[in-house]
Amino acid sequence: MIGSRVERLEDRDLLRGKGRFVDDVVLPNMLHAAFVRSPHGHAAIRGIAKAQAAALPGVHAVLAREDLLPHLRNERLVVGLPSKSYKQDLNRPVLAIDEVVHVGEPVAIVVADDRYVAEDGAALVEIEYDPLPAVADCCAALAPGAPVVHRGAPHNLLAEFRMGYGDADAAFAKAAHVFSESLWQHRGGSHSIECRGAVAAYDAIEDRLTLWSSTQMPHQAMRQLCDMLGRDENRVRVVTPDIGGGFGPKLVFYPEDVATALAAIILGRPVKWIEDRREHFVATTQERDQYWDVEIAVDRDARILGIRGTIVHDHGAYTARGVNLPHNSAETVPLQYDVPAYAMNVRVALTNKVPVTPVRGAGHPQGTFAIERLLDQVAREMKLDRAEVRRRNLIPPEKMPYETRLKARGGRPVLLDSGDYPRCQAEALTRAGWSDFPARQQTARKSGRYLGIGMANYCKGTGRGPFESATVRIGPSGRVHVYTGAAAMGQGTKTMLAQVVAEQLGADLANVTVTTGDTAAIALGLGGSNSRQTVMAGSSAHVAAVKVREKTLAIAAQLLEAAAQDLEIVGDHVRVKGVPDMKVGLAMVARAVAGTAGFSLPQGMAPGLEATEHVVIDDMAHANGTAVAEVEVDVETGRVDVLRFVAVHDCGRMVHPTLVDGQIAGGTAHGIGNALYEWMGYDADAQPVTTTFADYLLVTATEMPRVEIAHQESPSPLNPLGVKGVGECGVVPVTAAVASAVEDALSPFGVRIAQTPIFPAQIVKLIEEARR
Amino acid sequence: MSETRNIAVTVNGKRYERSVDVRLTLADFLRGPLGLTGTHLGCEHGVCGACTILVDGQSARSCLMLAVQANGHEIATVEGLAPSAERLHPLQEAFRDNHGLQCGFCTPGMLMTLVEFLRDHPNPTEGEVRVAISGNLCRCTGYQGIVAAALDAAGRMRKGG
Amino acid sequence: MKPPRFDYHDPETVPEVVGLLKTLPNARMLAGGQSLMPMLNMRLALPDHLVDLNRVEGLAYIRETGGALEIGAMTRQRDIEFSQLVLERCPVMHEAILQVGHRQTRNRGTLGGSLCQLDPSAELVAVAAALEATIAVAGPKGTREIPFSGFPKTYMTPAIGPDELLTRVRFPLWPRPHGWAFVEFARRHGDFAVVSAAALLEEDRGKIKRASVTLGGVAAAPVRMKEVEKALVGQTASDALFRDACEACRKIEAMQDVHAPASYRQHLAAVLSRRALERAHARIGAAKMSS
Repeated sequence: MIGSRVERLEDRDLLRGKGRFVDDVVLPNMLHAAFVRSPHGHAAIRGIAKAQAAALPGVHAVLAREDLLPHLRNERLVVGLPSKSYKQDLNRPVLAIDEVVHVGEPVAIVVADDRYVAEDGAALVEIEYDPLPAVADCCAALAPGAPVVHRGAPHNLLAEFRMGYGDADAAFAKAAHVFSESLWQHRGGSHSIECRGAVAAYDAIEDRLTLWSSTQMPHQAMRQLCDMLGRDENRVRVVTPDIGGGFGPKLVFYPEDVATALAAIILGRPVKWIEDRREHFVATTQERDQYWDVEIAVDRDARILGIRGTIVHDHGAYTARGVNLPHNSAETVPLQYDVPAYAMNVRVALTNKVPVTPVRGAGHPQGTFAIERLLDQVAREMKLDRAEVRRRNLIPPEKMPYETRLKARGGRPVLLDSGDYPRCQAEALTRAGWSDFPARQQTARKSGRYLGIGMANYCKGTGRGPFESATVRIGPSGRVHVYTGAAAMGQGTKTMLAQVVAEQLGADLANVTVTTGDTAAIALGLGGSNSRQTVMAGSSAHVAAVKVREKTLAIAAQLLEAAAQDLEIVGDHVRVKGVPDMKVGLAMVARAVAGTAGFSLPQGMAPGLEATEHVVIDDMAHANGTAVAEVEVDVETGRVDVLRFVAVHDCGRMVHPTLVDGQIAGGTAHGIGNALYEWMGYDADAQPVTTTFADYLLVTATEMPRVEIAHQESPSPLNPLGVKGVGECGVVPVTAAVASAVEDALSPFGVRIAQTPIFPAQIVKLIEEARR
Repeated sequence: MSETRNIAVTVNGKRYERSVDVRLTLADFLRGPLGLTGTHLGCEHGVCGACTILVDGQSARSCLMLAVQANGHEIATVEGLAPSAERLHPLQEAFRDNHGLQCGFCTPGMLMTLVEFLRDHPNPTEGEVRVAISGNLCRCTGYQGIVAAALDAAGRMRKGG
Repeated sequence: MKPPRFDYHDPETVPEVVGLLKTLPNARMLAGGQSLMPMLNMRLALPDHLVDLNRVEGLAYIRETGGALEIGAMTRQRDIEFSQLVLERCPVMHEAILQVGHRQTRNRGTLGGSLCQLDPSAELVAVAAALEATIAVAGPKGTREIPFSGFPKTYMTPAIGPDELLTRVRFPLWPRPHGWAFVEFARRHGDFAVVSAAALLEEDRGKIKRASVTLGGVAAAPVRMKEVEKALVGQTASDALFRDACEACRKIEAMQDVHAPASYRQHLAAVLSRRALERAHARIGAAKMSS
């Protein structure tokens, strides 16, 4: 089961259009909501006139902050991951209080018979704003005299931290060479094809609030609702239906979730809110700008002596997750290379824009871009092959597990558990024809074509702890049920868990059901993020399944009067090896410990055929890979075509190789988007200027080459399955590999790429400047 | 109050008569009054293609049509693709076998776009397939599995699969 | 993103349409919907009345008459794409239409809709300029003909009255053989052109007899580069001639937006017009070889 390319459990319904996404949830008597949102980057609210909107036929309620307060124990979403580096706590209110601090901030909710009328109503809500100076750029935000993002705040520095070890200054002082880069790195939004959404229903008879939410973290959402509404966890259920893509921002808990829930409570009817794409641009969290000034010190042999620098990171107007994103960026720089000294100063700046939280890759692409650009410069300036410079500095496999001198956000040392980085790089280069390329490049140049090749290594922590929950239970039906706090968002989590469990219990996926994303099905859970579910949920499911297997065999041994070691589980029954007729169904086994009034259970057996596990793993399993990109640049138009992309990847033991391929291919597409197409633009007043898919460009099938994927498997010693995560890995090296390739293509002009994304107009400009 | 019209639309071979708001989009008509939630809304401005259906055999973005415009026409949606509860359309089988879907949200639009394309181009090249689906966005797959599925389906359908 | 309220009308004849437009205030016409529906969904258009043209008889056809291609306003872009007549007699239009949006767009989008939308980047609008099309418009006072040069009034606003309806477009045909090319730079396949260049050439023994060079996407309306055309006529076609002549395109006053700064558009104008001319010239050569 594990390691095989089984048919996905998810596909049957999805292919028929029978998926159940949040907008497919239809309840009797349901009303529909639309939000009134701030049109200003920064403004004071002087007054809200609701009467005209409320009077519109079909509108049932127009609610602003004061209407929600009586139902809220706290009105702010306190969601930030802990960190000692915060200088300010800026938590979002459910609805704006007396100030709006980003375009798109929700100010009121209109509830009506349908979404059409709700939008009619929203257009009639009159809000009087006094515009205030808005801060649009994170560097400008930190300049002396900059206007404040929040009226009451002392300044715009949200957090500051230093990451490092060793004596960087000493390293630089004695270096043979020092090279520096000033980088602008920009990533955009999630843009899952399904936007966010929630359906809230309050059952007054049971005093229970149910929220169907397109969320990656239902248990977190449940806890937040309990805290904010003053309800106990018995009275709040959060259900995640099918999700049309998550990519990070759907793990965040949002004001709209609370407002929708409160509307349902106040009106006594179910309320549905579905985010539309325009809202997604201004109200769903996204990544944005990082400005890096970074330098590398090397010795005469191009061995790294130290790296130091500064990052300014755009946080947005509120803390919607924490400072994990810039922390990841800083941590990634030295991660898989031998860097004896490191000093990175990170300043996290507020801006009047929607909050920034991780999008697939979560800061790791930026750290990778920085180190890989530096290494390219080392190679160029020292006239060495780019691959050779990396070879000399990669942490070798014989040092695994390797305790770096970095500290993870919880304080533990960052441990590289396994991986053969040089072998991965070598395979990628071979597959990409790295050594033959210069000849091809020369030939192409003779006919006026500019081809380039680039590479990037990466290493990323996956399987973020501390645990994920899994219950494995064999019911009186004989079916194997798995319940987990993990949340599925398209990556095939249910299939993966079914494989892990079926491996122990009968190897028949048709006999396994997996329930994810329901706080009523399992008490504890964290959900999807950090490419964690195969590692964390997989480990718990595995351990639970092993326990259930042992108990099953022990009971069956009694029922069959055989020795447990002579038994095997095949399909939905247990049988004696080699004697297929001597068998007992799993149903019987389960019933044997389900209890009959007045009768004893089998000898020594505790009731029930189930196990619940929360395997605790604090260290992250580090996946790694190497990407090689081949591009062609049209030097007259600046157009970049990615002709080939090779990705060699190591995520430890693969549960389902095809699903892994899918994650790498999808991540690569996202990365190409970040390298060449996706820019979430704002003007000087913090007004978004890219607000539709006509302006914000996602790659389509014609921009994608075929991604050539190969796998290595360095099992992780950190979990019983030896697995590592993969969901975000594909995206991590892409911007670096593409920038490296573009620079290589344009080497006759001496153009340097110091930004991502890079657009055709800029390439033309860089060529013109280089020519002068 | 808003104006309504009586319309008669055939969807997946079945005739529906309803009274609809004139501003109701075809996508919302299919999803709401008809309960056919397989057609999805991803952008509502004609770029993502998740809402693609067939109108009289031609692909169209249902978010850019009004329900009243479908009066008297034949609509095909993803729900009508599979010949029975037990069997799938060869294109659906190919998607399943080639990992052509992950979250499944763009999938109905992809399928309907490809139904038209493979009908009109039974033996396409990979490049032609990519152009054919360039009006359908996917954020999960990188299009790799979808392209493989389309080429596989073309082969199956040529063989009469 | 749901449309606002409006009254809906679906007339079946042109006179009915004209009659409605005369009496209805704040009315918009719905053709293919590929431009208007997004605007309605985004509530950027707030008409009180929507006049749906999709049931109007007699507005969808493609025919050749009197040395021109006459195409009805409600002709679907798809039908233009698959028209043998267009492919043979007006190949520049065929090359352009393949770059208009995607299959779903072209299945519904219409010629008239595109022209009336007058998006600066629209391929069909650039073709109309390149061929010096004549646009027929029906109104309360009857039909009048507008040469394309007089059709764009301002940014995305044609010079037709609120009570007038575009009914057909006449595209004068270039004789066989001629060279043609429609070249555009778009960020992704199917996107609106950042800049497009349409080139048409007639040559006589290597000397250029007639030239049409049109740039789309640079200014609010397509720009016929008369200066370039003048520099070409009477000259022997060559890459050097094209390159030098097209430098004039850098002086066009160009638009600026999130997709491209003005200077980049000017640069693309020079590059693409040259490439279009090269391709058009090569096609004359190829046509001559195969005849």
